[in-house]
Amino acid sequence: MKILVQSEAFDLGAEVAALSQGRTDIGAIASFVGLARGMNDGSGVQAMTLEHYPGMTEKALARLVEEARSRWTLLDVTVIHRVGRLLPGDSIVLVVVVSRHRGEAFAACEYLMDALKTRAPFWKKEETQEGERWVEARASDDAAAARWIEP
Amino acid sequence: MKLHVLYFARLRERFGVAEETLDFTGATAADLISQLQARGGVWAEELAAGRAFRVAVNQDIVALDAAVPDQAEVAIFPPVTGG
Repeated sequence: MKILVQSEAFDLGAEVAALSQGRTDIGAIASFVGLARGMNDGSGVQAMTLEHYPGMTEKALARLVEEARSRWTLLDVTVIHRVGRLLPGDSIVLVVVVSRHRGEAFAACEYLMDALKTRAPFWKKEETQEGERWVEARASDDAAAARWIEP
Repeated sequence: MKLHVLYFARLRERFGVAEETLDFTGATAADLISQLQARGGVWAEELAAGRAFRVAVNQDIVALDAAVPDQAEVAIFPPVTGG
């Protein structure tokens, strides 16, 4: 398991290679990369700054990965989330899940992103023509995370 | 008892403070919120019933009825928007 919170960009190919190198038990690799968009809620976004809660962030991400590993049989997971000032088109977040079969990899990757969106302590502030604004949490993100709650 | 309280993002900006150490006589996260609301102004406004905010005690998000131990690190912040 690798969890990083960093300002630097990441390389999807390098992260996938690091997870799969030298192994022959992996049958599936699912990855997700989230990017900063240049348009949000009808306004052009020139840049965004991602703030986080140092200490808790890493702990919260590790807990989400542990939850995913308890639900699905996973061989390894990498989560990288960037902080600081990002421009449209920049990558924000990376999740890579490796497993024996695709079902686990797809499901765990989507679960981790849905859980991260509602439970990892990051906040986005956008710079727009109208000034700076904090991004508001979306009800659709809560709904996406709620899909995974087991009865 | 003493608590170390942190504020993040929009709430940090609205309150004009990133962290503080304060004396706490209550028992739960809700008691701490009441104590901060009593400061009035932006504190009463942002922490009013029905406003969306989260509370973490020792770096775990908790419900408002959660106990707050002595010397705890408590964080109050808006709903998260990463990813």
